[in-house]
Amino acid sequence: MVLLKLQFPLQRRVRLAQGLWLLSWLAVLAGAFTFSLGVYLKTELLRRAEVMDNTEIHVVPNILMLVGLVTMGINLFAGRVCQDSLDSARFPPWKPFLLPWYGLAWMVCVWLLSAVVLSYALQGHLEESLKVGLRNGIRFYRDTDVPGRCFQKETIDRLQMELRCCGNTNYRDWFEVQWISNRYLDFTSKEVKDRVRSNVDGRYLMDGVPFSCCNPGSPRPCLQNHLTDNTAHYNYEHQSEELNLYNRGCRQALVDYYMGLMNTIGPGILSVISLQISVLVSLRYLHTSLEGVDPENPEADSEGYILAKGVKETLMDVKTTVFKLLQFGQVEAGDEAEAGADGEKAAS
Amino acid sequence: MALMKVKFDLKKRVKLAQFVWLMYWFSVMAGVLVFSMGLFFKIELRKRSEMMDNNESHFVPNLLIGVGLLACGINAMGGKICYDSLDPSKFSRWKPMLKPFLVSCVAFNCLLVLTALLCFLMRIPLQFTLAEGLKNALKFYKDTDTPGRCYMKRTLDQMQMEFRCCGNNNFRDWFEIQWVSNRYLDFSAKEVKDRIGSNVDGKYLMDAVPFSCCNPGSPRPCIQYQVTNNTAHYSYDHHTEDLNIWKRGCRDALISYYGGMMNSIGALVLLVTILEVIVMIGLQYVNTSLSNLANPEDPECESEGWILEKTVKETFTDIMDKMKAMSKGNAVDEAGVDGVATGS
Repeated sequence: MVLLKLQFPLQRRVRLAQGLWLLSWLAVLAGAFTFSLGVYLKTELLRRAEVMDNTEIHVVPNILMLVGLVTMGINLFAGRVCQDSLDSARFPPWKPFLLPWYGLAWMVCVWLLSAVVLSYALQGHLEESLKVGLRNGIRFYRDTDVPGRCFQKETIDRLQMELRCCGNTNYRDWFEVQWISNRYLDFTSKEVKDRVRSNVDGRYLMDGVPFSCCNPGSPRPCLQNHLTDNTAHYNYEHQSEELNLYNRGCRQALVDYYMGLMNTIGPGILSVISLQISVLVSLRYLHTSLEGVDPENPEADSEGYILAKGVKETLMDVKTTVFKLLQFGQVEAGDEAEAGADGEKAAS
Repeated sequence: MALMKVKFDLKKRVKLAQFVWLMYWFSVMAGVLVFSMGLFFKIELRKRSEMMDNNESHFVPNLLIGVGLLACGINAMGGKICYDSLDPSKFSRWKPMLKPFLVSCVAFNCLLVLTALLCFLMRIPLQFTLAEGLKNALKFYKDTDTPGRCYMKRTLDQMQMEFRCCGNNNFRDWFEIQWVSNRYLDFSAKEVKDRIGSNVDGKYLMDAVPFSCCNPGSPRPCIQYQVTNNTAHYSYDHHTEDLNIWKRGCRDALISYYGGMMNSIGALVLLVTILEVIVMIGLQYVNTSLSNLANPEDPECESEGWILEKTVKETFTDIMDKMKAMSKGNAVDEAGVDGVATGS
């Protein structure tokens, strides 16, 4: 019971070959497109590498780049094959390569699909990585004199201004950290001494945020200090004040940004997958229809199909072939053992 | 004595025509590029028109757009002429138009040079417009409740952050205006009453700047208030402190931004002018080589091509003589008419 049999007169075969040639070139472009999408995503992730703790999420752009290159290669091969396909002298040398080609094309589709699935599945990992990275960034904000951390302040400030966010989860994260370096605190003044003594670790904590949390869209000049104290500012109530600072946390802002990127990339990748599958199916039909051509009568009709037998039967065939290969190996080992035993018997 | 005479056989003529046709297509694309540059410049000016008091002159970007479109048209026509030049029957249709077309090409090239010059010179009026516009913008910073001006604060804050600048000439411009709205000032407090009483206009002035003047690259958290008071902050000397707030004024920042843009556009227009001159010379060669066939019946014979029929001096004196003759001709006509009128 052949799977999806179709009749192929000469004219149809010729048209199939031409269409496939065009399709394979489109697929080469799609492969280049996938590669460039991978490169773009990787650059975007690397830009914010300082606030990420691990690089697990980089597996998605890496897969895209690798698979993009492989796609370009196999589709160039497919184009070459169908260029030679209508010439009965040039086609046979390509035949042995076609079976591995189908396997490779199938793998490409599976990998692309896995990249799309991973980009959604790794969202939790991305969030964790950002949580730790941002927490460290906020903790080391004041260390502008420590080598290796001296740019942390500028990084966090620019991040908050560009993405319009404040703190890790929200602006209160700044209240729990000493973000002013000791170099700029006057330890002889009473206020500083009180604050430092008021907590176990001896940190200068205050209900204030850096200037990069300020929202330019606020109608009043930015209030950065004494944020929870309504009496410190005229006509101010911190529970109802929404526009003074950015309300969003930077972790949420970054996750939204990257998920937005992946959502835009997703449909592109799905269309590349469908293009690759159509190239695969067309090449299979071309292959089988050319196999069925009678050598004495090259212009006759022939049949093309996807699988020679039904799906179940093909799988059984594959299983038996694999077993035979394994058994062949076992039988050889058994023969050697027998020969060895005979030899011993003869010797003794 | 013709200027730059060159001999042409059929093959050379064909190659010349093909080359000039290709060059004309590049020129069409160059014209599109000039058009898009003009459009881009116009959009950039509009984006910041609030900083220029809505008073900026759009003459240069409009000129660039017009010149770009004109270049596309002229070059497309030139390309068509070159394409037809290899077919004698089609070319004979174009022949009478060719001389006026080349003269208009010369005029167009002069216009291109003028445009490039204007691009380089536009910096000067822009400076004055920006100075006026920014001064007013700073004054309206606090008016977030006045319709028509309520977005001035946000625009100014975003501009200072984007261009890394503070104030008009420098940060001290903020000390001379009241940038905190009266809605947020407690008029019963002593400090507020003192400050308002301390100047003639009753404005709340202070030596402080908005948060958008802060430099993220500073090692210490931003000092916005009491900027000139060294005792107000620990370990602070405002004379030596460079990194706290942006030192550059926004007028300088915007001038250098627009100036850079205009310089690049001016340089591009000059390059396009050079390309136009080359194609014009090429078309003149095509024209003269096809017009001076030794044997008009035989299209494969040799011919000569040149840029000018006589030398530059002689051509110039010819033109002057023609103009004198035309003006004299008018005078004679008038005299003749008068004479006839008085005579009869």
